[in-house]
Amino acid sequence: MNAEASAAAKTALTGPISASNRRRNPGTALRLEMFKGHPANRRAAERRVAILTTGRSVKKEWQAAWLVNAVRCIDLTTLAGDDTAARVARLCAKARQPLAPHIVEGLGIENMGLTTGAVCVYPTMVAHAAKALAGTAISVASVATGFPTGLMPLRLRLEEVRYAVEEGADEIDIVITREHVLNGNWSALYDELCAMREACGGAHMKAILATGDLQTLRNVYAASMVAMQAGADFIKTSTGKEGVNATLPVGLIMVRALRDYHEETGGRVGFKPAGGMRSSKDALNWQFLMMEEMGREWLEPDLFRLGASSMLGDIERQLEHFVTGRYAASSRHAIA
Amino acid sequence: MNAFMKILETLDYGPAPEDSSIVETWLKKHGKGFGHFIGGAFTKPGKSFAVINPATGEEIARVTQGTKSDVDAAVRAARIAQPEWGSLSGHERAKHLYALARHVQQRSRFLAVLETIGNGKPIRESRDIDIPLVARHFYHHAGWAEILEDEFPGSNPHGVCGQVIPWNFPLLMLAWKVAPALAAGNTVVLKPAEYTPLTALAFAEIARETGLPPGVLNIVTGDGETGAALVAHEGIDKVAFTGSTEVGRIIRRQTAGSGKALTLELGGKSPFIVFADADLDAAAEGVVDSIWFNQGEVCCAGSRVLVAESVAARFEELLRRRLTKLRTGDPLQKSTDVGAIVHPIQLERIRKLVEEGVKEGAVLHQAPCPDGCFFPPTLVTNVHPASILCSEEIFGPVVTLTPFRTPADAVALANNTRYGLAASVWSENISLATDIAAKVKAGVVWINCANIFDAGAGFGGYRESGFGREGGREGMAAYLKVPAPAAKKTEEALPALDPTPSEPIAGGSIDRTAKLYVGGKQTRPESGYCYTVAGANGPVGLTGFGNRKDIRNAVEAAHKAADWGVQTGHNRAQVLYYLAENLSARASEFEQRLKSFGQSAASARLEVETAMHRIFWYAAQADKYDGAVHATKSSHVTLAMNEPIGVIGIACPAGFPLLGFVSLVLPAIAMGNRVVAVPSQTHPLAATDLYQVIDTSDVPGGVVNIVTGAREALVKTLSEHDGVDALWYFGTKEGARVVEEASAGNLKQTWTEDGAARNWAATEGQGRLFLARATQVKNIWLPYGE
Repeated sequence: MNAEASAAAKTALTGPISASNRRRNPGTALRLEMFKGHPANRRAAERRVAILTTGRSVKKEWQAAWLVNAVRCIDLTTLAGDDTAARVARLCAKARQPLAPHIVEGLGIENMGLTTGAVCVYPTMVAHAAKALAGTAISVASVATGFPTGLMPLRLRLEEVRYAVEEGADEIDIVITREHVLNGNWSALYDELCAMREACGGAHMKAILATGDLQTLRNVYAASMVAMQAGADFIKTSTGKEGVNATLPVGLIMVRALRDYHEETGGRVGFKPAGGMRSSKDALNWQFLMMEEMGREWLEPDLFRLGASSMLGDIERQLEHFVTGRYAASSRHAIA
Repeated sequence: MNAFMKILETLDYGPAPEDSSIVETWLKKHGKGFGHFIGGAFTKPGKSFAVINPATGEEIARVTQGTKSDVDAAVRAARIAQPEWGSLSGHERAKHLYALARHVQQRSRFLAVLETIGNGKPIRESRDIDIPLVARHFYHHAGWAEILEDEFPGSNPHGVCGQVIPWNFPLLMLAWKVAPALAAGNTVVLKPAEYTPLTALAFAEIARETGLPPGVLNIVTGDGETGAALVAHEGIDKVAFTGSTEVGRIIRRQTAGSGKALTLELGGKSPFIVFADADLDAAAEGVVDSIWFNQGEVCCAGSRVLVAESVAARFEELLRRRLTKLRTGDPLQKSTDVGAIVHPIQLERIRKLVEEGVKEGAVLHQAPCPDGCFFPPTLVTNVHPASILCSEEIFGPVVTLTPFRTPADAVALANNTRYGLAASVWSENISLATDIAAKVKAGVVWINCANIFDAGAGFGGYRESGFGREGGREGMAAYLKVPAPAAKKTEEALPALDPTPSEPIAGGSIDRTAKLYVGGKQTRPESGYCYTVAGANGPVGLTGFGNRKDIRNAVEAAHKAADWGVQTGHNRAQVLYYLAENLSARASEFEQRLKSFGQSAASARLEVETAMHRIFWYAAQADKYDGAVHATKSSHVTLAMNEPIGVIGIACPAGFPLLGFVSLVLPAIAMGNRVVAVPSQTHPLAATDLYQVIDTSDVPGGVVNIVTGAREALVKTLSEHDGVDALWYFGTKEGARVVEEASAGNLKQTWTEDGAARNWAATEGQGRLFLARATQVKNIWLPYGE
């Protein structure tokens, strides 16, 4: 770990960190040469992640530490039609105290102030979340721009972004227009994302690529690059509503894109897989991917998030097992 | 900060050891040492040597040094068991192989841990690659046993197979050898490598557990001397060896003239070719899979990275960065990428080669590495084709990086090696990738992947990487034999030739001079001498007394005609049909010629007619003897392509002066080979008459070259010639021995037979057997999916 990363980790570990504390990605002009024709071989990507997930293993306190780190990076999410103020408040309570006290004590991390990285909700739920998280450093993230499909007039989508920001969102998870990617209409995609970034103002923009709709890894790479050039602070795999959500091969290609972007422009962009991740093993695998491809720095909540809801429960069970030596039942842990 | 918070800060992986206690208990149970497994039971341990865990340097077991009499006993047991095993129905043998597959699967963790302790390879690899492939191999061959009679009608097992395997994939190499041998109905005596005998012994226990009949599988442990005794044993019918080219050459010489079937899987220095349009990140991972897999102790490792100059700097950077992420160390740790080198002697060899490379100016980029029997994953830059690190097989985690300019340049560099085992080609341009796959001289080509194996695909090399295939239909064929015809009266040594003037020569009014035929031209022999060809009633003509220089010229001409091999089968067929047409026009002249040698009119007519028929048959096969698409892994096309071997030297039998020549030359050229043929020494004029027909039939110059003269001398030169890729010899027993021994130089494939054995006028004079001999299988792996 380099000095900067080490310092970042230290400050981070003494307390929760908000994404908004970090330097943002300024973006660049639209630079087609950075992604046009960039190959991405699917079978090779699959082989790489297969070895990533079988070739790295953490046990005992190391496993516990990696799982605690995952908790720090979770965007605890509810995006359902039956969300209510009370439901959001409950989620926020879990975000503030993601692990049962005896587990925190057992791990010896009472002073850490462990929380999840953020809470992620629909725009009309932002106010409830902001209220429930007042006095914490936990970010409120809001989806916007006609989530999940994005098929609304741009004017309304931008308005929705502004609304969410006004309601108190620190981070806006926007969705891209898939049609622009499928048609290779890169300037349209870029312009739209720039407008959204502008509408975000001080809030950080997380660009959801809906990779399940984009299908090919070449599309994923190109869309990642355009989003970063347009100033996205995070690139995110999925809404959770596509047929296929976060998969490791897709994640690998996105991470390689943000590495290439960083090398070319110096801009640091975060990565957020989302959707379909439920187990502790998922949490470990995604972190292994970040560690192997990017390094420790990209395992901090300002550069890495896990968009999930039920994953936290499984992590809590695993950590309880580590602390007590007995297998845990979820009914004994607070639900989100 | 407490310890937990420290871990959280660094996010180290920490220890994740594989539990080895069960294997340790097993080793303790065998603390008095292992004996051999002969006739279904373990012998008492004899004079023993230590087996070392290379990661720790500790002695983990003692195994018995196999003696000559141990080998005798094992071969005897195999011999006794063979008739019954071979006569079981395919279904019965299939059930045994199926049981072996199942038991390997059920004992998989035990075998994986034992393999890692004995060999030093990371547990991830033994657990996820070696052992699953072992089980897959037995399943696959259980299937071959089941359907053998339908799929290989008329084939028989060889009998007793002597198999010697290396230390890099100890159990997997056992599976590759034992599964097809048993499926075919052979029995086996196998010698595992000196460094890594334990999984073979564990497998013997498993075989016993499954109820494999005694004597079907015998395992004798020991060093190279034990292996030599096995290979040399008279009771062995087929020798299969995987290991170094150096030892392969010794075995080739040792078995020469013995009549033993032989397959060799030898070394390699395989190219890994990266084009500018490749997915460079994927290709960098491909290098990891190639050379930093199994500590680089992989015969087919892509150890020479050839990269397009335009992306060379970027690719080097990717590789150097990737290196830093590799974890070298305790192979029982689940997060270890690169384990221990198998033995300090091998470590020393790697170090020495790398030191020599550094002296030549090579620059090393290395990953961190612990003390002990480990070698750091290494990338070598500033090397050239002449550097020792580019030419010698290192068998360690060391890869060189060399830029190329154009696709042609890449192919030239790729083929600039004695070896031809494997190649890996990286490009997202399918046209380019398949073009390069076709042009690389290698038995296995991986496009956009590396080191992918499956029991359903053939594996094996070109050139000095050996001959024979393992896996797939082609591998199965290597453990079967088609009964060869036997001679009632064997061909005897040919008389010495007399290059001095003879009795009056009978013939036409104008003197005809038979010359040599080289590169499409009629040439005088370099010696300046000729010899008299005898007929029924005195001499019938003179022919050139070819010598080694004529052979040299002919081989050179044959190499220049390489285009013949890349023409379509249809094009070659047209030329061959035309050849038959032109022969037919001169049929009576050829009959006359044969009669002048003393043949009856009927036999002369039959021979000429059969020759025309045969040319048609091979013309017909030219575009039909094609390959297969193997069913291997999902999302992979595995193409098994029949490719010409290259330049084939052919020594024709003394009898059947026309048909012997036609029957051997035609299958070779129909498949795209070029030949240097030595026609019947006694009656070469039928063949030399034929060059005029060849000349008028659009056969490109250099495809067929004819050198007349003293067969045994000429064929010795051919056998020794490093530019000749295969040699077919039909003559005396002693001649066959000389050919096989002399062919060890470049490990050319040989086919030897008693010249008098085959009735060339009958059906046994042609067939798919000839086409199989004229081709080698290249397996091309092409993963697909966007």
